[in-house]
Amino acid sequence: MPKRTDIQSILLIGSGPIVIGQACEFDYSGSQACKALREEGYKVILVNSNPATIMTDPDMAERIYVEPLIPEVLEEIIRVERPDTLLPTIGGQTALNLATILSERGVLGKYNVELIGANYKAIKKAEDREEFKEAMEKINLEVPRSGLAYTTEEAKKVAREVGFPLIIRPSYTLGGTGASVAYNIDEFELLAQRGLESSMINEILIEESVIGWKEFELEVMRDKKDNVVIICSIENLDPMGVHTGDSITVAPAQTLTDKEYQVMRDAAISIIREIGVETGGSNVQFAVNPDNGRMVVIEMNPRVSRSSALASKATGFPIAKIAAKLAIGYTLDEIPNDITKKTPASFEPTIDYCVVKIPRFTFEKFKGADETLTVSMKSVGEAMSIGRTFKEALQKGCRSLETGVFGIADNRLPGTNDPEFIKKGFPFCS
Amino acid sequence: MKGFIALEDGTVFEGKSLGIEGEKEGEIVFNTSMAGYQEIMTDPSYKGQIVTMTYPLIGNYGVNAEDVESGSPKVEGFIAREFSKIASNFRAQDDLLHYLKKHNIIALEEVDTRALTKHIRVRGAMKAVISTMDQDITCLINKAKESQGIMGRDLVKEVTCDAPYVYGEGQRSEVRGQRSDKNLELTTPTCPDEEQSVKNGVSSFPRPSSLVPLPSDLRVVVMDFGVKLNILRLLKKIGCHVIVVPAHAKAEEVLAQSPDGVLLSNGPGDPEGIPYAIGEIRKLIGKVPIFGICLGQQLLGLAYGGRTYKLKFGHRGANQPIKELATGKVYITSENHGFAVDLDSIKDQPVRATHINLNDNTIEGLEHEVYPIFSVQYHPEASPGPHDSYGLFAKFKDMMLDFKQMRL
Repeated sequence: MPKRTDIQSILLIGSGPIVIGQACEFDYSGSQACKALREEGYKVILVNSNPATIMTDPDMAERIYVEPLIPEVLEEIIRVERPDTLLPTIGGQTALNLATILSERGVLGKYNVELIGANYKAIKKAEDREEFKEAMEKINLEVPRSGLAYTTEEAKKVAREVGFPLIIRPSYTLGGTGASVAYNIDEFELLAQRGLESSMINEILIEESVIGWKEFELEVMRDKKDNVVIICSIENLDPMGVHTGDSITVAPAQTLTDKEYQVMRDAAISIIREIGVETGGSNVQFAVNPDNGRMVVIEMNPRVSRSSALASKATGFPIAKIAAKLAIGYTLDEIPNDITKKTPASFEPTIDYCVVKIPRFTFEKFKGADETLTVSMKSVGEAMSIGRTFKEALQKGCRSLETGVFGIADNRLPGTNDPEFIKKGFPFCS
Repeated sequence: MKGFIALEDGTVFEGKSLGIEGEKEGEIVFNTSMAGYQEIMTDPSYKGQIVTMTYPLIGNYGVNAEDVESGSPKVEGFIAREFSKIASNFRAQDDLLHYLKKHNIIALEEVDTRALTKHIRVRGAMKAVISTMDQDITCLINKAKESQGIMGRDLVKEVTCDAPYVYGEGQRSEVRGQRSDKNLELTTPTCPDEEQSVKNGVSSFPRPSSLVPLPSDLRVVVMDFGVKLNILRLLKKIGCHVIVVPAHAKAEEVLAQSPDGVLLSNGPGDPEGIPYAIGEIRKLIGKVPIFGICLGQQLLGLAYGGRTYKLKFGHRGANQPIKELATGKVYITSENHGFAVDLDSIKDQPVRATHINLNDNTIEGLEHEVYPIFSVQYHPEASPGPHDSYGLFAKFKDMMLDFKQMRL
């Protein structure tokens, strides 16, 4: 179906300053989206407080606001600019949270701003842990056993029901901020408190632990005509218990038989439909028990993510660009495939190589910090590598980290010949 | 030990043998699926072909007794960049190398599969010889040139069953061809039904409601041209009584089974290589609902009086986008075919195109405008591949129910 002509202007929210958990992958996706929308003739109004971004370059959008990303400022910008629509899915969690607040405060309604890509209902269904759980149960998908809490007292009650070890997941966060694993009731109270404080709505989900299970992610795209495609599957080397942002990841998934992969694919398609992301991309995460294949849904992000940047580079399918085009009315078969130029974007990329992403840590800069990797991100960056075999890609990735290491088993660590240290394993912290 | 693939145009690719000694001729093709190598190797449609996997790492999850599409591998040769020496999946019952050796499939690794694939894309699929015995390249190229090839050849007779049987009644799968599959180690094809899946720990997922098995006494006769087991599993799953008959069955024999519907299966080779089937199918048109898959569609095309033609290098993968013309919806499908129906050649027939491949606009679906007959070039039963088109089995079921209703 043709692109929409009933709208002229689109407000885009960027992701703000680079922080652990939300880095320049959103400048990447935001810039793509700006370009894609402008080339379709729409007026793009952009807000991003971070000047060290390509998207805030003068020629990227008609109006660029380098202003604080807080609801009050956004409301003022909306009052002045009167955009027809708001696209909240290419600015990470920051944009999504702001869109939610503006919606709830009635700002979007007051100024008649339509949310495109993902609407308020879809965002809520994905981000609100309780609603998400109900949505998954509705489509017969398993989620880990869990309960919600809004105070530490409630949290302790849920913890006793769920059992230890367990995972604390605050709602409406990014990069697992405030999330943690609790192994016993003693450490639980403090961790729960921390979790409650990190959540925009003081809500935490206390979940049965699936630590040690295999972790997978699928990048999915959907258009207005309900065509859904899987762009990329990603398997984490580090199992559940280590945030995907801190894990070495491989694309495509390596250890699933086709039968198991298709079950996961079917689930991801059902999920994006049930959550109701009308157009655009989503990231769906699964945990699979390595002993019996039992699959549970962990979470779904109704927006482009760190993984979609990786998936875009791994497959050549520009997820953010296509998501922007889908948001204004095109269907996947109406958009040309960037690589072939002759065939449409309604396909699922298949690759003949292996892609590895390795996170970069800088613990040497944070003396005293706990270097244990858990469900809350600690890496500050990442490197990607491509190879014809997994081994090649992994070794290349190690070199790209610029820690002076030439591979997984390299014992020429700068500054140490300590065999104990080397025995500990992966020398990623230089 | 070195191994070679020599192509009829003089190009040779070198690889490392996995230890199976032998030499086979076949048409060299490539498949772009990133998973599903077991289903691919055992798909009877690959008879007469040497298959190259474009995905470089094969064997990661081992092999198991369920993920087969026939009793044994049917490929003439199997080529990949790297075969995994270990299997990392709870369902693995054996590793791939052992499996290949057991079934004597000549396999080569460390082949530049990208170069080989690009070559096939540019020059077309062609005759080839794979060898881990002969190291004389000139000799191998000549063998490739003089090899039989698949045009006009009946490969179906080598994979069809010997005699009719009922599928899924706990019997041994008697899928035998002229070169019978001795050592049917992977025996009775059982479909991982709901209970089995749960036992295996594969999480159940919301199947399209169209596949909820409803009790029905619908009788389906499957004309076996090399039928993939998943077609049979799905028919059984939607509640049909499934009778499989050999490719050379006569129309009278088919109708004698009182079918509510006939399914024309997939199979290897050139549809024009089995003229005996075309005649019989023609006699079935108008008498009973028919669903054709892959080769089945091509045979229908010929039965309608049309022509089929050979594609340059075929479609083989699990990511092919198909557009349903009536609705504009896109389905991602699994494909494995080297031939297609020429729509022009049946333009005087009451048959219309229903689906096209979005990559090259070739015809992927046909429907008769008068009789209850429809067919698709792709594989709605997937295995490997996406389940997007499972609904076609429900469509077939509805068509049979309607026809049955009309006859009462």
